[in-house]
Amino acid sequence: MNFELTEEQKMIRKMVREFTEKEVAPRDEEMDRTGEFPYDIMKKMAENGLFGIPYPEEYGGAGADSVCGVITIEELAKGSASVALTLDAHWLAVDAINLFGNEEQKKKYLTPALTGEKIAAFSLTEPVAGSDAAAIQATAELDGDEWVLNGTKAFVTNGDAADIYVIAVKTDKSKGVKGISTFIVEKGSPGFSIGKKEDKMGCRGSITTELILKDCRVPKENLLGKEGEGFKIAMVALDGGRMHVGAMAVGLAEAAKDIAVKYAKERYAFGQPIGNFQAVQFMIADMEMEIEATRLMVYKTATLRDKKIRYSKEAAMVKVFGSEMAMKTAKNAIQILGGYGYTRDYAPERLLRDAKLLEIGEGASEVLRMVIGSTVLRSK
Amino acid sequence: MNIIVCVKQVPDTMDVKIDPVTKNLIREGIEGVINPFDKNAIEEAVKIKDEYGGKVTAISMGPPQFKESLKEALAMGVDEAILISDRAFAGADTLATSYVLAEAIKKIGNYDLIFCGKHAVDADTGQVGPEIAERLGIPQITFVKSLKLENDAVVAERLLEDAVEKVTVKLPAVITTTKELNEPRYPSPIKIMKAARKEIPIWSASELNADPEQIGLKGSPTQVVDIFTPEKTTEVEMIQGTAEEIANTLFEKLREKKVL
Amino acid sequence: MTATNSSEYKGIWVFAEQRDGVIANVTFELLGKCREFADKLGQKLSAVLIGENLEDTAHELIYFGADEVILADSPVFSKYRTNPYTDILVELVNEYKPSMIIYGATSVGRDLAPRVAARLKTGLTADCLDLEVDDNGLLIQTKPSYGGNIMCKIICPNHRPQMTTVRPKVFPMPARDSSRTGEIVRKKVNIKEEDIPVKIIETAKEESKGPKIEEADVIVAGGRGLETKENLKLIKELADVLGGTIGVTRPLVDEGWLPPYYQIGQSGKTVKPKLIITCGISGAVQFTVGMQSADVIVAIDKNPDAPIFNVATYGIVGRVEEIVPELIKKFKAMLNK
Repeated sequence: MNFELTEEQKMIRKMVREFTEKEVAPRDEEMDRTGEFPYDIMKKMAENGLFGIPYPEEYGGAGADSVCGVITIEELAKGSASVALTLDAHWLAVDAINLFGNEEQKKKYLTPALTGEKIAAFSLTEPVAGSDAAAIQATAELDGDEWVLNGTKAFVTNGDAADIYVIAVKTDKSKGVKGISTFIVEKGSPGFSIGKKEDKMGCRGSITTELILKDCRVPKENLLGKEGEGFKIAMVALDGGRMHVGAMAVGLAEAAKDIAVKYAKERYAFGQPIGNFQAVQFMIADMEMEIEATRLMVYKTATLRDKKIRYSKEAAMVKVFGSEMAMKTAKNAIQILGGYGYTRDYAPERLLRDAKLLEIGEGASEVLRMVIGSTVLRSK
Repeated sequence: MNIIVCVKQVPDTMDVKIDPVTKNLIREGIEGVINPFDKNAIEEAVKIKDEYGGKVTAISMGPPQFKESLKEALAMGVDEAILISDRAFAGADTLATSYVLAEAIKKIGNYDLIFCGKHAVDADTGQVGPEIAERLGIPQITFVKSLKLENDAVVAERLLEDAVEKVTVKLPAVITTTKELNEPRYPSPIKIMKAARKEIPIWSASELNADPEQIGLKGSPTQVVDIFTPEKTTEVEMIQGTAEEIANTLFEKLREKKVL
Repeated sequence: MTATNSSEYKGIWVFAEQRDGVIANVTFELLGKCREFADKLGQKLSAVLIGENLEDTAHELIYFGADEVILADSPVFSKYRTNPYTDILVELVNEYKPSMIIYGATSVGRDLAPRVAARLKTGLTADCLDLEVDDNGLLIQTKPSYGGNIMCKIICPNHRPQMTTVRPKVFPMPARDSSRTGEIVRKKVNIKEEDIPVKIIETAKEESKGPKIEEADVIVAGGRGLETKENLKLIKELADVLGGTIGVTRPLVDEGWLPPYYQIGQSGKTVKPKLIITCGISGAVQFTVGMQSADVIVAIDKNPDAPIFNVATYGIVGRVEEIVPELIKKFKAMLNK
């Protein structure tokens, strides 16, 4: 067991950290205020190779490992949960194509996604079907050489901003999850349109929309994987996504902790810095312990992924543990900043709103606890 | 176009402390980064190479951990990197440092341009660049804010206190770079993967055939006799009197403090 | 490295920096300090003046304390260039063997001195903030490192000349005494223009815009205690007198008195000037984190218990309207002298 990062992992961390401090962090407050998607930051991320770090070089990635991938998300999240979330959602779709796409699909869709030329999005959830994937209503029917998709998808991260959509719909309504298939749909396909843009509580610099499929026609060859394999694809992609959400939690909590620590050193009360008081020290100690624990879980999960060992349970664990840790850390950062913490002039309230998303998206804590619990019970 | 860039690794924070007993810098928790002006030097060198072709070699004199910065230079687009490292170099002042770097540059040979940052933010001397130029017997252009190649010459703008001076000189020359010169690129992830695995050659004193009298402490005319943290007056000094008296006293105090 | 025989080297030199015949203030400051050394050691203080048509200028150096001026006057020196200045200075050093040469830490001094040091194979200390000399003529040089967080005392015991560049404004300007007399030694110059590698194409004076707030050496900052927007003019005037810029606290930005560009503090800018004068700022940590590493902090506030006095170097209890006009008057009078 070796807890030392490799040379390339350290270098990636330094690079992304520098990029984040300069290009991302200074913009987070503004993104939160305006709710506008930062296309310019995405362009810079593309120019600097951030979209393809843990993916194969032959398709335009950097060929780094998954630990580098989680480090990338973690560092971005220190500067902006919104930007980290955008990349996380992009990589959900990328994972699906990378793991299940055929050579032609990879050439056509994976390469531009890894170079950042095109943003990707992944869509499973519908207005009335979230955790219960089997309940999705959208359908696809084969009509000659084309699939015809119908339905409405909800809460699609990167909706509108993306050019490539990996969408799960039912191809066989008679079957439950086994009747789900996934398709690669290009923005601009006939019958494809963007619905309502959500006005979110947090992560407001990421974009979340509905997708409306109305006799949306896609070529036959855009079926990803096999017919009926959609749920499996979604679950595999979501394992990666959940791991990345854990990494986001680490970065976001680090940002909250940094602000709290700085403030605790500088703010005086009763003639001394408030960091001298145990009540504050204890909160900071909890932050430090829980961030470190989450980070180790995230890195371990990434290591399993690199070794091609199934990591569904670990991914669910880092997501639940990490998102709740991030909530607690942001909440306590607000507490340490007192009245200032409750104002919009200071980041912790924004971080709290951002953190809340981590408990909901890509598998709510409740469902994931079921996943973890049932896995444990099955194995004993 | 063959370009050599001199790189120094410096602490990532200037907020450093001295151990009052050993008088050594407390290095715990301090990470090394490329001296910021050296990044401008790397950027300019790589930019010129991209436009005119050729090769960029980064060199650094220092302990083995300076490899980190050389790898970062590789990830920014430098072609080769050489660490110049030997216990015998320890304690070098700028004169001894410039001797070693100049010897390394001669060993690399066949150079058109040599870039150095205008100074390193830790020691803050800015002397090594001009001293290398003198040791190589070639001209220097310091404090450069823009650079253009014209045939076998460079045209550069130098940033002076209150003026910009445009000069030209035939190659080869030593250029020292300011942050106004360019916006350094980030290391590229693809190049990071290659740089991380690359073996960086280390040149020692013997490989340079360095004169033992001119390296390390022996080769350094200057000696540090004391190192200390400047006192920060924590106690406020209240100035009292009429407004006029206050103004007079304050003026004298500020003069003493050398801030006026 | 072979040591130089120190006893052969005598005399203190100041490199006299000039542009278009105007001597840089730092040169006079150095002459003032080196005058003390010369008197203490019983050695001659010489100013080395290199340039073109400087006969008249040379006398000024004597009025400010030099015993003699070594003048190298030639068209090749009309503007500062590294190579010819190095050549002539090294020639002079070899001829006269001074014990020390002091330069201003300016774009000229910092370009020239290391070149000379490397040719003479002697020591050089950069950007000094203080100089002392012991009874044996050893120069003790105090230089900042790590952005001023650390100070080093440096000596050059076995090589001569001892050389250092000194930051402008660290030594006071000495009084000019036009009754002083001294010798002007003229050096014959054999350098030819065609042998000089660097050619100056043009020199463009930069328009003097006010300093950027993050880079300003002097900042005058205002807070709620200014009371009226009218009083902003006072702090602007004080900043102008000191050649600095102004900054404000968040409440004044929120009130729309000034744009956010001028805001200092946690949600604004972090500044590290040599001097900051806070006017009517109580000193909430949200403000002080942005300025507490200033070298000198002068706080003016009417509340004697204001937390700003915990971080200030000098504290003045009083109303801005009463104190600041008096500061403007005094500083204007003294600085324009």
